[in-house]
Amino acid sequence: MGLLSLAIWTPIAFGVVLLALGRDEQAPMVRWLALIGAIVSLLVTVPLYDGFQLGTAAMQFVEKAPWIERFNVHYHLGLDGISFWFVPLTAFMTVIVVLAGWEVIQQKVNQYMAAFLILSGLMIGVFSALDGVLFYVFFEATLIPMYLIIGIWGGPNKIYAAFKFFLYTLLGSLLMLIALIYLYLASGGSFDIATWQQLPLPMGPQTLLFFAFFAAFAVKVPMWPVHTWLPDVHVEAPTGGSAVLAAIMLKLGAYGFLRFSMPIAPDAAREYATLMIVLSLVAVIYVGLVAMVQQDMKKLVAYSSVAHMGFVTLGFFIFNPLGVSGGLVQMIAHGFVSGAMFLSIGVLYDRVHSREIASYGGVVNTMPKFAAFALLFAMANCGLPGTAGFVGEWMVILGAVKANFWVGVLAASALIFGAAYTLWMFKRVYLGPVANDDVRELTDINAREFLMLALLAVAVLYMGLYPEPFTQIMEDSVAGLLKHVALSKIPS
Amino acid sequence: MDNASWLTIAPELVLMVMACLITLVDLGVRSRTRTLTYVLSLITLVVVAAINLSLAQSPEVLTGWGGLVVSDTMGHLLRAFAALAVLVTLVYGRPYAADRDMLRGGEMFILSLFALLGMSFMISGQNFIMIYLGLELLTLSSYALVALRRDHAVATEAAMKYFVLGAMASGFLLYGMSMLYGATGSLDVHEVFSAIASGQIRHQVLVFGLVFVVSGLAFKLGAAPFHMWIPDVYQGAPTAVTLMIGGAPKLAAFAIVIRLLVEGMLPLAFDWQQMLALLAIASLLVGNLAAIAQTNLKRMLAYSTIAQMGFVLLGFVGGVVNGQALLAANAYSSAMFYIVSYVLTTLATFGIILLLSRQGFESEEIADLAGLNQRSPLYAGVMAICLFSLAGIPPMVGFYAKLSVLQSLVVTGQTVYLGLAIFAVLMSLVGAFYYLRVVKVMYFDAPVTATTVSAPADVRVVLSLNGLLVLVLGIVPGGLMAVCTEAIVRLLGL
Repeated sequence: MGLLSLAIWTPIAFGVVLLALGRDEQAPMVRWLALIGAIVSLLVTVPLYDGFQLGTAAMQFVEKAPWIERFNVHYHLGLDGISFWFVPLTAFMTVIVVLAGWEVIQQKVNQYMAAFLILSGLMIGVFSALDGVLFYVFFEATLIPMYLIIGIWGGPNKIYAAFKFFLYTLLGSLLMLIALIYLYLASGGSFDIATWQQLPLPMGPQTLLFFAFFAAFAVKVPMWPVHTWLPDVHVEAPTGGSAVLAAIMLKLGAYGFLRFSMPIAPDAAREYATLMIVLSLVAVIYVGLVAMVQQDMKKLVAYSSVAHMGFVTLGFFIFNPLGVSGGLVQMIAHGFVSGAMFLSIGVLYDRVHSREIASYGGVVNTMPKFAAFALLFAMANCGLPGTAGFVGEWMVILGAVKANFWVGVLAASALIFGAAYTLWMFKRVYLGPVANDDVRELTDINAREFLMLALLAVAVLYMGLYPEPFTQIMEDSVAGLLKHVALSKIPS
Repeated sequence: MDNASWLTIAPELVLMVMACLITLVDLGVRSRTRTLTYVLSLITLVVVAAINLSLAQSPEVLTGWGGLVVSDTMGHLLRAFAALAVLVTLVYGRPYAADRDMLRGGEMFILSLFALLGMSFMISGQNFIMIYLGLELLTLSSYALVALRRDHAVATEAAMKYFVLGAMASGFLLYGMSMLYGATGSLDVHEVFSAIASGQIRHQVLVFGLVFVVSGLAFKLGAAPFHMWIPDVYQGAPTAVTLMIGGAPKLAAFAIVIRLLVEGMLPLAFDWQQMLALLAIASLLVGNLAAIAQTNLKRMLAYSTIAQMGFVLLGFVGGVVNGQALLAANAYSSAMFYIVSYVLTTLATFGIILLLSRQGFESEEIADLAGLNQRSPLYAGVMAICLFSLAGIPPMVGFYAKLSVLQSLVVTGQTVYLGLAIFAVLMSLVGAFYYLRVVKVMYFDAPVTATTVSAPADVRVVLSLNGLLVLVLGIVPGGLMAVCTEAIVRLLGL
């Protein structure tokens, strides 16, 4: 079994074992088994880092076996610099969410843990699939565990949120399915993504394909104006669900742009780049402003996610190495930071059971250790130099200035909004005198929560201070992608 | 008679002899649960399925009894699947029937065996009369099965409706067949084909007959606008019998569409493809939209069946393009894969409903499933797998079924068919909503009753395997797909 298969199937196997283990009486054992499963799943991704060859844009760790012969579908996996980091990131976040759900989840513990482990394997599958059908199967299958996570362990309005999440994203992906079938025919019976990327296509089909993929990926990212599902879903999802959704699931969409939309329909991508840049800027600026007026912490972070993902798509569609690498770095950084932000809110919510900013005030007085972490994550969310949040945004802004000065200026100005809403929330929740009895009775974080936040803090700082390993791995694949996108695929 | 003739009906001979024997043996059975009858029926079904599967290996096409019946891969496969489907139905249905005093005699088992005999002749028939006789044997057995609870008003009403509408459908079919006979001078499927292909016969007459045949088939498949009986009969019949009507016979209905339209009237494909496309559109619309409004689970599944049949019909639409039948194998095998995976999934969904019904309690409303996950995670899981499969979400088998049908449409390269594919995709989004709603009730709602779900060992094992198969065939669908393709390729003689 190849390394990538191992990374995909290890968490799924642990998840299935957990499902079989049934009852809540054995909850302690279930939790430990889930933690072991998550850690083992993270460890099996380590050899990937060791074995990754720099200096090539080619796919590595390739596995290929026939899967459905009738449609020439293969079980075809591989990683390049673009997809590489999401594999360990996914496995890492799974460890974190297992820790996060340790005490809060008391009912159907095995199903909760199993859902996250299976989800983790499926998402790694999305990032490593090199076959269209395999990609689609993983991409869609992630909906099932997430739907159950939101619906079973979510907040008061969970059912509405679960349906909105499922149907909204399903609509997008069904249009992509038609696009995949079309490409299968156009390429003379192949579901191989690399073949599709080399396939000459006239402008008309390219445009249709671009928008079919746009339907699937823009909803997932989410880009303005199809972002409305995200705040609703985040608010109702349990803490772990929000963290995985923001940290990994949104990246599935952004990743799709790089793997499908841009290389398969490069001419259409260039043609509609302006549209994409405008949509991204609207997300960055307008959604940033929307975030500012939120009363609910989770909603605020959800809108801030939309704004940050706006940077990602902005970086992609300015077509220069800084922009694309910056977008990728921003995706990873946002994975750590948004995950950390949601988990911090979770820490407060577990104690007070309120997400309203107004229910808090002066938390720093009763939870000093926790407030220190929260401050770090808030700073990272504003993009303070030295934290992970800075690197990606800075690269995107530099890239944007190179491409078009005014786009760069607009994007840079959005940093101010980011700082404004994050710091204002921090001020209202953590600083000042103790606001009420709930806050007075708060107890500081325990060892488990400390460990969970500390792991994320290390990641945020490491990536902020020394982003080299991250950018190094991407470099060649990003250069290869841009070279490919620059060439027209329209048959002469 | 030559040996080949005997070989073509070998499984049916075994089935018929055993059905008669079991009828006699059953006279002496006193047990309330009819264990002996049950075990004998299961053994018979296993043997019949095994004979069919072994005969299905042969690539040869044999006709017997002067061209009345045929032995080919598709026929044997479908007969084997039908036998297994009846077997599963009996396993799920027996505890339910025993609780409702339906096992005072062994009729349920014996009628099911005869229904299977009818299906087998529908599947293997190569002659209009043969196919019609098979159909009548199936439907007469089914009428009796629906009416098995004769003191139950709703079931009796359902039986009446089923009988009257079913008889009308048979009438349609027979009328269409007689028109074709009049036009071509033959009842043999292949001779009809040659006569039509010769181009000597007036097109209007043929199409006139064809319209009636297609209407009759649409009735039997339950495609809109000939679907009216489906919701009432599904809801009214005792659930065990609903499964008997909604499971295995769909395989036989698929087979007669192949025998009559493809083997008999492929030269008229241009005409019947249009009819089927319209039926498919209507079915997808009516089935999906009406299913949303249902609160009764059986009725919802009935409307969902109508929508699913729309997809099956779409599989027949993309076979012949511009008079060329190059894509026929691709299209019809996608329809076959669809119907087989549909039957597999339906068996498990109704299995769950049967399991949750207890003495004096019919688990019919969607709300009756509330909190099933807390009462029994296993059965909730099986049901969820099936519902996601029906909704076409990977990695369940239903996804590949939809994928193959959509592929068969898009591959034609016709804009109209591409539009059909997009329409079907949008309709399956609507479908996802009502399937998800049932998942929601099972997983997100609190249970209304704390009763634990218990099942006899045979039901537990078969139901778990059934659910697992829906998932496993979704992870490795290649094998079943290859089998279906092979069957259709051999049938078309490519």
